[in-house]
Parts: sequence; structure tokens; C-alpha cells
Amino acid sequence: MTEKTLHLAVALDGLGWHPAAWRLSRADATALLTARYWNTLAGEAERGALDLLTIEDSLGLQTSGPDGPDGRLDQVRGRLDAVQIAARLAPLTRHIGLIPTTSTTHTEPFHVSSAVATLDHVSGGRAGWRPRVSATHAEAGHFGRRDIPPLDLSRLDEPETVQLVGDLFAEAGDAVEVVRRLWDSWQDDAVIRDVPTGRFVDRERLHYIDFTGQWFSVKGPTIVPRSPQGQPVVAALAHSSVPYAFAARHADIVFVTPVDTEHVAAIVAEVRAAEETVGRTDAPLRVLADLVVLLDETPTLARRRRTRLDELHGEEFTSDAATFAGTPGQLADLLADWHRAGVDGFRLRPAVLPNDLTAITRVVVPALRDRGLFRAGYPGGTLRDLLGLPRPASRYAVAATA
Amino acid sequence: MPKQVILAAHFPGVNNTTVWSDPASGSQIDFSSFVHLARTAERGKFDFLFLAEGLRLREQRGRIHDLDVVGRPDTLTVLAALAAVTTHLGLAGTLNTTFREPYELARQLASLDHLSGGRAAWNVVTTSDAFTGENFRRGGYLDRALRYERAAEFVRTARELWESWPAEAIVGDRDGGRYIAEASPGAFAHRGDQFDIAGHFTVPRSPQVHPVILQAGDSPDGREFAVSSADAIFSRHGTLEAGQEFYRDVKARLARYGRQPDDLKIIPGVTFVLGETDAEAQERAHHIRRQQVSPQTAILLLEQLWNRDLSGYDPEGPLPAEDPDVSGDAISRGRAGMHPDPVDTARQWRALAEEKGLGIRDLIIEVTGRQSFVGTAQQVAERMNHFVQSDAADGFILVPHLTPGGLDEFVDQVVPLLQERGVFRADYTGTTLRDHLGLGPARPVTEAGAM
Repeated sequence: MTEKTLHLAVALDGLGWHPAAWRLSRADATALLTARYWNTLAGEAERGALDLLTIEDSLGLQTSGPDGPDGRLDQVRGRLDAVQIAARLAPLTRHIGLIPTTSTTHTEPFHVSSAVATLDHVSGGRAGWRPRVSATHAEAGHFGRRDIPPLDLSRLDEPETVQLVGDLFAEAGDAVEVVRRLWDSWQDDAVIRDVPTGRFVDRERLHYIDFTGQWFSVKGPTIVPRSPQGQPVVAALAHSSVPYAFAARHADIVFVTPVDTEHVAAIVAEVRAAEETVGRTDAPLRVLADLVVLLDETPTLARRRRTRLDELHGEEFTSDAATFAGTPGQLADLLADWHRAGVDGFRLRPAVLPNDLTAITRVVVPALRDRGLFRAGYPGGTLRDLLGLPRPASRYAVAATA
Repeated sequence: MPKQVILAAHFPGVNNTTVWSDPASGSQIDFSSFVHLARTAERGKFDFLFLAEGLRLREQRGRIHDLDVVGRPDTLTVLAALAAVTTHLGLAGTLNTTFREPYELARQLASLDHLSGGRAAWNVVTTSDAFTGENFRRGGYLDRALRYERAAEFVRTARELWESWPAEAIVGDRDGGRYIAEASPGAFAHRGDQFDIAGHFTVPRSPQVHPVILQAGDSPDGREFAVSSADAIFSRHGTLEAGQEFYRDVKARLARYGRQPDDLKIIPGVTFVLGETDAEAQERAHHIRRQQVSPQTAILLLEQLWNRDLSGYDPEGPLPAEDPDVSGDAISRGRAGMHPDPVDTARQWRALAEEKGLGIRDLIIEVTGRQSFVGTAQQVAERMNHFVQSDAADGFILVPHLTPGGLDEFVDQVVPLLQERGVFRADYTGTTLRDHLGLGPARPVTEAGAM
């Protein structure tokens, strides 16, 4: 193998990322409410030896508009809690990383910390977390604790919006900081079960985190003993400078959305610059490029399927990430190009589930292996091991011995 | 046909009833422990598995409590994972309403109900504890008097959300291009004293529609909350007579809410100790009590009543002569108060210790003992059935003292005897927890009267 192998992830959402996916999916329309559907997807992803899967989530109903329901009848609506899905998948998978999405705006950091650490325990060290800012009026209305004005895409550059987004990301940063401190708040060896002294834990190895920030404060320690990875893997989706900085400060993986090879190089440069600017000392971000994929046996068939989906949708599908429609071989070539341009790997978003996932695992993966770009199987170990990320020591243990 | 016994299993939690020092005690954290207990319960055809919850580590004398099991995994996450390794067992978790919001919790519970095929249950608890609140955005803001008000409105709001998707909302008509039948599925608006929220719920109707609601408080407010809002209630009434009195009282209150006596199950939490002979069981019970109340634990439990630092006292020596401190802050935090009148309780304990010649540790063992069913498997099966047939309970939540194997002998020895008597199922006849409990379909919130 002459080149470093790449990391490969799959993003799961509904019946696929194309809004008309449910019209052509092999799965039935209500499948996404069943455990069997998710088990099938995870099993398929693991068959392809993919590094990890992510599960999208939101505290509002899916919509094609910027904020609030769009009144459409022709798209998938309704979904389950992503952490619950990930936990349901954990005992039935063995190797693949499981990364659910939660809100940093409305969900309590203490609850998230417990849930993701527990996901790490029940999966034997395969948990991750994708923190996500909830910037919509609709989601805020479900909680009634704060007002967020309706999101207007034509006013994104106005000072109030810039300020709001800045605040939401700063709060998200505090939330991740708290979650990570809580993950560290039990040292690995805190449970001592010392019968002679009658002590179950050594309280000197449990730590208050005493976080006080602009938006909230949290005392700690967590209720969950330190998990197999110590720190589950934190992943962030980022499209611009504010989230790049957020990822550089707080995440282990960043999902980015280049449109072509030149853009790949530019984004990677921007991410590395952000790491420098924030003074990152952890392992460099693993940069994975997002790509919506629609695969078929010939370029013509793939194009035709894309056209068919767009017709069913009523307009051309566009997304924050670029869309690829072609053969698995063409996709493998493109991934190799982008990989050379500097990304560590990819998070593929299947246009139709499970159809395009199956094409990834059964055809794209072998094609990447033929090119020497992907592992033959799972080497064993935790998600951190798989990603080449070191297992961090508890910051409090380090402080105690320093 | 005799009344059928309800059986549930509690995963041994973070208090001194859980014996961690025994060589047979395994991990409290490893998922394999939860799998073992859940599979044992399902092998025994139990109604459900029950997990408690903690949101802050307990403290005593300003330091984290270190003598009992400390720490546990997140309740909902474990239950969702257990759904993957069980097929029929109900999955019940304690989830505090004070530091959660209805939209999010209703969503999680509905998701668990979908992912388990209709086996989710929620034990609704409240706290006004600012100590616990220090881990949350909201802090300890809630006035004690508002606890059940918030809880009742919380449950009502959750029910509104669970009902917000009509059963036929998803049509999935591929040819006609209609995924949903209406433009605004999940629409809701709740305006109340505690919650003012509106929008769209994201989880379509789940198999049970309303996951089973459990309630665990015994105050008059708690009882009223249970009869208005719950499907089952945990109680702690040790004797047959106390159980019967509680049972009569609670079941009689149901009519005012338009509910039948069978609509609310009474399921006390109980312990059990089995032996080949009664004498052997008694001896094991005593041994377990000594494991549960170590010398250090005896002093700590005494401090919780006295509300003073008693670390200088000899665990085998006499009780303190001074009275409990009722003036200052609680010495123990993160633990529910157990003694309404500490000075009077202390007086009773002193009298008991003197009468029986007990030192601190033996006194604590005597006064905190709640070993409900001790005897041979035959005796335990008979007594449990007697409790149920004479309306002191509808069934039991068994609290083993060992993790994870503490339920094994009960399932192997006692369950077959209950089955022989025709008072416990030989196999599951339904698939949802509501089926197991004989609750019937969820009653729509719109018909639920004065909830």
C-alpha cells in the first residue's frame, strides 16, 4: 500500500438524503420507525467495514424551509431520537462507531454527557457525539424557555443574526466543554471496591467540574463512571469560519462540504488555519468530506435515477454537500482524488436508503480496496483506535499527579 | 380464576441494599450485567425490568459518599440497548421531571416505545432539590409545593404530544406521492402554568401510544398524582395490613377520575432471601444485613438521622446521648429525607437499643431492615401470593441484593411455584407492556377528566 488508507463513514437520515428517496426506497415508508430498519442499515454498514455511522436528528419536524413546517405532504416527516437509535444498535453491532446528533441549545449537557458515556459503555467503546446548534424559532417553541427569532435566509448577514449565531456557537462550545469535563470527572480507577475500608470508590479520584459560563453552570461530577474511550469521539459538521473554529476547539472529527478537488484543498487549509488560530493541542482534526451519493451500474443509469428522483421531488435537489451521481468506480476515483487533496476520509450520505448504502458497502468499498485505499476489515479496538485518535487521560488525573 | 401476580425486577442501585462486597457481586456498570438481569427476568416471564436514576452523586458531611455503589449508567440509554437483547420484557426507567422538558422526554420515551415494540414505561419522579439542580441549567428553582403540579402538567403535556400524530398520519402512498395524510402532523399547543409550548412533535404514534406511567411517591400529593395520572404505583408498605390499607385507599380514589380499580396497579418494591430451609434463609438474611450495614455504613446512616458528624463514635457502642440537630443544613445531600421528626425517632431508637441491648450497627440493622420475603421458595411463593390474593398488592418489584445474578434463584425456584398455582403466566400472551399488565389501550388524554 503506497497511500495512507482513508476513513469511511455513512450518514443515516430517514429513508435517504434525497427528499424523494422514500418513493424509490426498497424499505417501506414507515420502516424508519422500526428497530429492524436501523439494524439492517447498521449491519450493512458494518459489512462494509465502515468506520462509523452518524444518525441525524433535530428537535423540530423535518422541513424544506429554513424554519418551521412547510406544509408539504410529499416528503418524509417524523423521526426517532438519535441517541435511542444508537443505543438500540449497540448490542447488535460489534465494530462500527455510533454517532448520534443532539442539540446543544436545548438539551442539558449533563444529560448528554451521561447518555453518550453510557452509549460508550454499552457499545464497548464505539460511541461518538455530534453536537448541533438549534437555531430555529420552531425548535425554541417546543421548549418555551427562550425566544429565537424565525430564521430568515436573506438576513443571515445582518448584525443581529450574526450575533445570535455567534452566541449559539459559543453556548455550544460551553456545552461541549462541560460534557468533556464530565467525561473526565471520574478517573479510570475511581472504583476501588476496598472491602477492608468499606469504600466502593476512592472519592479523591472523583472531581467536581465547577463550570460557570455565560449561559449555564454545572457542578459535576457525572453519575457515569469513565467509559471505555475515556472521551467518546466528538464530531462537528462545518461549512464556514465560525463552525470551523468551533470544530478546531471542541471536536475530534469535522465533516466538511467541498464541491470539487480545489475546494477540498482550500477547506482543509482553512480548517488547519483554524486549529492554529485557536491553539489546538489535541490530535489534529480528522477531516471527512461529506458527499451525497447516488450510485448505479452505469453513468447513464445513475443520471436517469437522479432525474427520476428530481422529477418526483418536483425540482432539482440541492444540498449543503455536493451530490455525486455515477458508478461506484467513478466514486472511488473521486474519493481517491479528494483524499490526495487532503481530506482524511469521507462521510457518504446515501441518496436512497438502503439502496445506495448497499452499493457503497458492496461495490464502492471493494473498489477502494482494489486501489489500496481502504482496510480489509476491522483491526479491533475502540472507535478512537479505528480513527487513530489517542485515548486521553482524565484532565483531573493529570492535574492531580502534576 | 385467582388474581395474577405482577412481577418486575429492579437493577440493584446506589444504596446500601446493594451488596458490592460479596465475592458473587459483579460490575454495576458493564452492560453485560444489565443483559444478565434482563434476560433472567425475561426467562422468568416477568412484566418489566426497572432502572432507577441519579442526577448527582450523594454527599455526606460535604464529601461524595463512598461506601455504597456510586455511579450508574444513563437510564434511557441502557433501556434502549436492552430492547435489542430482549423481546417481551417491559423496560421501565425513573426519569425526573424537574430537570427535563416535556418535548424532549416525550420524544425519548416514544422513541423507546417504537424501538422496543411497545415495551416502554416511565416512573415519574420530582425533586425540589437545589443540590441536584446544580448540574442543570434550571438549577434548584422549583418550589416544593409546585413539584407535583409540574409533574402532573408534565405528564399531561407528554400525553398531548404522544397523541399529536393521528394513527393514520403516515400513508406512504408512493404512486400518489403522499407520504403523510395531513400537512401538519404532530401539531400541538400546550398553554399551562408550568409549560407554554407549541409546534410539532416529531415522533409518530408509538405502539402503546402512551408508554406505561409509574409513580413512586407516598405522600397525599403523590397518591393523588398517581390516581389521576399513573398506570402503576410503587409503594413501600411492609406488612400485610399496611399494604391492604394503602391498597384500599388508593383504589378508592380512582373513581373520582372516572377510573376503574384495575386501571392502577399497586406494586411494592420488595426484597427476598431464599434458603433450603427456613432457618437457612433466616441465617442468610442476617448475613446479608451485616454485609449491607458495614460498621462505616452504620455510622453514616445514623448521621442521616442525627444530622451531625458522628465519625468519632464506635459502631459497636451505644447511641449518642445528644439529640439530632434539626437547625442546620442537611448533613446528607442527594438522598430523600426519611424521618419527619428526627428527635422523636431518635428517642424511639434509644429505647429500642436499650431494650434489646443493641450497639449502633445492630440497631441500624434492626431499624432499617426491610427484608420482605425470607424463607424457602415454597414459603416465599405462598406469602407473595397471599399478599396479592388478599389485596395488599397486585404484584412486586423484586430488589435483589446482588448484581447481576441476584434474581437467578428466584426465577429458578419461586416462579415455577407461582406458575403451578396458576397465579403467574407460563408464557407471554401479548407483546406490549400494557398487555402484560392487563391495562388495555391507553386512555386518550382528552377523556382523562381532571388530570
